[in-house]
Parts: sequence; C-alpha cells; structure tokens
Amino acid sequence: MAGLIINIGKFKLKNPVMMASGTFGYAEEFKDFIDLRKIGAVVTKTITLKPRQGNLMPRTCETPQGMLNSIGLENPGIESFIRDKLPILKKIRVPLIVSIASEGNAQEFIALARRLDKFKEVAAVELNISCPNIKINRSPSHQATRPQNQKLIAQDPRATYNLVRAARKNTKKVLITKLTPNVTDIVEIARAAKEAGSDAVSLINTLNAMSIDVDTRKSKIAAITAGLSGPAIRPVAIRMVWEVYRKVKIPIVGIGGIVDTHSALEFFIAGASAIAVGTGNFINPKASIEIIDGIKKYLIRNKIRSIKNIVGSLKI
Amino acid sequence: MFQAKAKVIKNIAVTQKCYKIVLLCHALSKGAQPGQFLMVKVDNGSEVLLRRPFGIHAANGRSAEILYEVVGRGTEILTRKKPGEYLDIIGPLGKGFSILDPRSSILVAGGIGVAPLLFLAEEIVARLPVCRTGRDGQAGQSRKVTSKPLVLIGAKTKKQILCEKEFKKSGCEVEISTDDGSKGFKGKVSELLKRELSTVNCQQSAIYACGPKPMLQEIGRIAKKYKIPAQISLEEHMACGIGACLGCVVKTKQGLKRVCKEGPVFSAEEIIW
Repeated sequence: MAGLIINIGKFKLKNPVMMASGTFGYAEEFKDFIDLRKIGAVVTKTITLKPRQGNLMPRTCETPQGMLNSIGLENPGIESFIRDKLPILKKIRVPLIVSIASEGNAQEFIALARRLDKFKEVAAVELNISCPNIKINRSPSHQATRPQNQKLIAQDPRATYNLVRAARKNTKKVLITKLTPNVTDIVEIARAAKEAGSDAVSLINTLNAMSIDVDTRKSKIAAITAGLSGPAIRPVAIRMVWEVYRKVKIPIVGIGGIVDTHSALEFFIAGASAIAVGTGNFINPKASIEIIDGIKKYLIRNKIRSIKNIVGSLKI
Repeated sequence: MFQAKAKVIKNIAVTQKCYKIVLLCHALSKGAQPGQFLMVKVDNGSEVLLRRPFGIHAANGRSAEILYEVVGRGTEILTRKKPGEYLDIIGPLGKGFSILDPRSSILVAGGIGVAPLLFLAEEIVARLPVCRTGRDGQAGQSRKVTSKPLVLIGAKTKKQILCEKEFKKSGCEVEISTDDGSKGFKGKVSELLKRELSTVNCQQSAIYACGPKPMLQEIGRIAKKYKIPAQISLEEHMACGIGACLGCVVKTKQGLKRVCKEGPVFSAEEIIW
C-alpha cells in the first residue's frame, strides 16, 4: 500500500499511524488485541537514565471528554529497558521510537541518546522535553539548557535549541522533539527544534490541568496538577499543528485526542505528516488499526494516491 | 485477553444501588478466573470516555456476570442497558485468586466486595468433593463443616446485604455483620472475622477478601496476627486496565506494582499501606 508510506528524515514508515508515548507501554501489553506489525511505529513510555518511581496515587482521573494523568515518568531506567524490554520489542519487529527524558539535565539526554545509538532496532529517538509531571532540576550547572524560572525545556526556545543541538551532536538516529502546548507561541519553539537539527516535532504533549473533588476539596490527582489528554484537547492540537505547518518546514507528528479515522484525518489536513494515538488506545485498543484501514478507504474514496497529498491541504 | 462484544441478557437491580448484569460472551467467560476483571465500555464516548473496571461475579464458559454498585456517571449509564444491547468489553484481565488447597477457606466481603467472591466461592466448593453433593446437616457432617467455605458478609445495614442466598446456595456457611446491627453481628466485618478466628482452630485456614481499603488493611493485620495467608483484591481507578498507563499502581515490598496487571489480587503481607 504505497499510498500510506511516509518519511521522517531517513526513517521510512509503512503507514503514518503511531502510538503515543506513555499510552502504549512497551507494546507487548497490546499484543493480544492487535497485530503490532501493522502499526507505523511505536513510541515507548519515556525512559530516563535512572529508574523512576513516578508520582503518588491517584495518578489519573476522567474529565469531560478527556482524562488527567500525572504518572511522573515511572520507568525502569535505560539499562533495564535495554536488558528487559528491547529484546521483546525487537522480536515483535515493530518500528520503534524510544522516548527519552531527564529532569532538565542535558548530559542525561546526551547519555541516553548515545546509549541507544548502536541499537539497530531503534529507528528514532523522541526527546520528551515537555512532560508536565516531573520536578525540574534547579542545578546551576544546567543553565545552558535550563530556562531560569522553572519552566520546561520546551517552554523556552533557547533551551529547546540547546538541548536538541546537544542531542543532535550525539546521535545518528532520527530525532523527534515532543513539544508542549503550554506556551504562548508554539511556532518559535518548533522553529528552534528545527534549527537545532530535529527531524520532526511531535505536537502536542498534554495541557496543564486540574480537577477537584468538591466533597473532600482535594485535587483528584495526588500531584495536584496534571496533564490533560483525550478528545477535549483535540482542537487545541489541530490549531497548533496548523500554525507550525504554515511557518516551519518540518515534519509534524500530530497528537491530541485522536480516537478514530475522522479525528486522524483532521490532523493530516492541518499539516501533520503522521499521527499518534494516545488516550484513544485506552478507549479502544484497536483504534490504531481501524484508523489505518479508515485512512486507506478515505484515500480510495476520494481518489487520492498518497497520504502525503492531503498533508496541509486545508482549504482557506 | 480479548476485546469482544457481549450481548446483554439481563440487567436488574438487586438492592437500591446495586445491579447485576448478565452478559453473553464465550471469549470473556471461558478461562476467566475468580478475582479477574473486565473493562467495560459503558457508552460510545459521548458521556464517559474511559472503560470501567468490574470484577467478574460469575462465569460459566458461556456467559459472565457483573455485580455493580452505582457510584457515578459510568455505572449510572450501565444501569440503562437493556437486554439485547451489546457492550464492548476487554477481558478477562489481571491476576485472580489462587486457591490454597486443602485449607479451609474464609471469604470476607465488605459492601460491593462480595462481587468477585461469589465466583471464588463456587470455584472453591467445586474443588471440595465432600461438599459438592450434600446439603447442610447431611452425611459426613464433621468433615464437611471444616471444609465448607465460611463467608463473612459486611454491609452498612440489613437492606444492603448482598448475595447471602447465593453463597448459601453454592454450599458456603454465611455470617453477616452490619454497621447498625440491623442483622447479624453489629460492627465491622473485620471484627466479625476476629471473633470467628478466636473460636476456631485456624491453623489450616486461608483468607480471601475484597472490600474498601481500610477493611483490607485491617484484615491484613488480623491475618498476620493469626499467621494465616490472606489474599486481598484491590480496587483502583483505571485508565487502560492492561498495564500500559501505570495509572493504578500500589506500593508493595517488591516495589510498585500495577493493580490491573500484577493484581488486582495481592497477598496482604505484600502491600505497603
């Protein structure tokens, strides 16, 4: 099915449907429900240098047309990932994007990128510089990449540039930078990522949000604030994809409330070259497969030869 | 694990706030173990988005039952499902109870916690050849009495007692506790458990419990004191139910574990409260 092939840098995907980081575990959790080899690519749960326990419970709650999460990047750390998870992922033969993060330490990002560089089964690395649920490192030695006032890296164009640049110098892998919607101007952040050598940007991570139990007057999430995902954020994500598509020439992975073919197509039309299903995986584990089939049908029905032809095809 | 469409056969109120839904679905019913659960999509996403987890109340290879309490929007929507409608369900999920033979079993249920324990009781009884044929007070009495599962059901009031008849019918001995004393022992079901343990020789007993967290914590304490193995089924809000989102973890002596995957049944001594 030539019509679905897309490229992100030198990474060729058989179709443009991915699994968003943090919503698909390490892929094997879904093997009973779908044929994993049909998926365009899987982005792993974010990996850090050292193991992380994550945040206290409760970590999730449902909100109108969405959900909050504050998992806090619980993960077994890079060495355990390489030892225990990577061989399974290799066996499944699913195109693999490894998401990496640190509490704001560029050296850790570099170490992670370097460590993954030699594994052929890793097709690309996603720089998660936009997780809203981790504490940010204050160490003064990291000021080159860390904005002053406790912001996320992806909330500052200079910090974004420096971090992506450092990663770029240390890996030959395709680099995707995941950005946060919690900014005034998403375009300047995307531009910084492109200029620093990122092959693509993922738009968007979760929106900072909160929900309260009025009986206990407590936040429904232990960490008080959390990240909002699901259909509730879809219009915000589509708007940001459109803004970046118009101003910055960089492939975009559209993410935010994609649950079916219709919502996926909105992102392509707005300017995404690929999309990733996130919260949608929880609602329907087969969503990604249904979307791949749905896109095929849409292209045939509209006599469009390639998915590339609808990217950014918004009529204005 | 399967994702399947299950046909609603029956969906009836059993108390003021609790309902029982019977679902026809081989895939979900076959191979289901007591203590495992189902993730049910209660509507098409217009009112609630995420699936809701429910312990399996009964499974016979053909159909499965869920006993549920109406606690919010999701369960309220579920009450409106009519026979003939279909529900999108994932299951059977998680790790269930492991039945410890040949111990005499004590099942402790708090409130809606009876739901997975009836399935367990039936499975335990099925494994007891002596218990299988006879009814109360018939042949082989002394042996039967010790091997019959003892079920302690705790509820707030008499009206909220669930499944007393069903447990008796399946061949269990049943004791009741109510917070207000309107039936049976007055007080918490954990107090009733203490009383029971003080009167029997519990060397060969095993406890299986499901209910609110404070109750399970108390049962863990009691089990430790009497040196009885206890398995408890934890309840937690879940987003995915299949181990992917890490939204339902619990602290254990071996680190964080996922309630949906390594649980929902844990050994009580494992949990760090």
